[in-house]
Amino acid sequence: MIPIQIEAVVIGASAGALEALSAILPALPAEFKLPLIVVVHVPPNKRSALTDLFRAKCRLAVREVEDKEPISGGTVYFAPPDYHLLIEVDRTLSLSNDEPVLFSRPSIDVLFESAAEAFGAALVAIILTGANQDGAKGLSAVVQAGGIAIAQTPSEAFASAMPQAAVDLCPSARVMSLGAIAAYLQEI
Amino acid sequence: MKDSLATPEKVEDVEIRLLLEALYFRYHYDFRNYAMASIKRRLRQARDQLGFATFSALQEQVLHDASMLPRLLSYLTVQVSEMFRDPSYFRAIREKVAPHLRTYPSLKVWIAGCSSGEELYSLVILFREEGLEERTLFYATDINQDALRTAEAGIFDLDRVQLFTENHRNSGGKSSLSDYYTAAYGRVSVDRSLRRKVVFSDHSLVTDAVFAEMHLISCRNVLIYFDRTAQDRALGLFKESLVRKGFLGLGAKENLRFSRHASAFTDFVREEKIYQRRGE
Repeated sequence: MIPIQIEAVVIGASAGALEALSAILPALPAEFKLPLIVVVHVPPNKRSALTDLFRAKCRLAVREVEDKEPISGGTVYFAPPDYHLLIEVDRTLSLSNDEPVLFSRPSIDVLFESAAEAFGAALVAIILTGANQDGAKGLSAVVQAGGIAIAQTPSEAFASAMPQAAVDLCPSARVMSLGAIAAYLQEI
Repeated sequence: MKDSLATPEKVEDVEIRLLLEALYFRYHYDFRNYAMASIKRRLRQARDQLGFATFSALQEQVLHDASMLPRLLSYLTVQVSEMFRDPSYFRAIREKVAPHLRTYPSLKVWIAGCSSGEELYSLVILFREEGLEERTLFYATDINQDALRTAEAGIFDLDRVQLFTENHRNSGGKSSLSDYYTAAYGRVSVDRSLRRKVVFSDHSLVTDAVFAEMHLISCRNVLIYFDRTAQDRALGLFKESLVRKGFLGLGAKENLRFSRHASAFTDFVREEKIYQRRGE
């Protein structure tokens, strides 16, 4: 079987996200070709500092998503506070103000489910630290579409609930440390 | 031919397209150019909560039973916003746009996709505080009749008012928000006088035409639900509706960059997504 060429990486993180993402995103080289589309649970009604922070730390372009933006490779996209982020099948990014899912907007499930539809098997989806259950359902949609599911090692995570829920719902997910995730991304 | 057989469109995608066609041909509600990822989510929610096993079953019901239509529409269109959501937007309207509006003897303002009315009442209050209300006619439009009725009733949950109050203060509010509502039984009802200059009307940005000449159009977080084709149509309507040098305000994460109408506008307050129609 010809291995499927991965076309995008989606990441979900909540409590402890900053440290976890800091172990992954700045490690990626400037030549990294794939888009990385990231939902972090951030409070509404505040400007998120994530974009500025990672722009300073990363060798990749870092952007906060605007509606209907086309997806470019080698770019980190953050969902803006108080919007869901979805991927359309034409590979543009769209936003929504639909009600929060599991009390979250942006919701990791919403991103991952739409990413699974848009990219099918050509997707890597990663659940990092967090103190809730968001992302587990989305990860299972990724698995069903044939994509690669990864969860941060729960015992290593700042908050283990979210990666643990993901592993419980998707037993086929690869369980990896942050270092291993960063190394793996550079190999795909 | 073989290729198309090898990768057939998913049954669910076919059903969704047919359902949207059915809504259009039977009721003239056109969601065919909505952004598909989020309309799919909403349709799935509607299908499950209305108790249908498939979209085909839902389609049959909505075609033959018009009473199903409003129930389905409530899933497809209802938006909950906040009064003075993104206070910095309203501050920019107050401090940068209002001085221009003051130069006109009479004004028309269009709140396109007003939903349950939060953005509308925010602007009416702002215009009153700025001494512009008397010379202004507000058009509040939406495709959802239920939402329009809710907006016209002007009733909001009391537990949201604290947030509204904080937003209003951060927008540079010159009065107290509590001057504009009365509270009872866990709800607040906005002062009737705020509706005196408002026309509520059923209007679709996807299928309807220009209906008046506007000085300011505020359309926040409506276009995010459209695909690029529908966005272009709506922005074309805005362009045609605005007077020269008229203003267009979009949502914080919306923009004109990807539209073919971009060149008809200039950035007026760039970081707040407030645009000005070119003068020529």
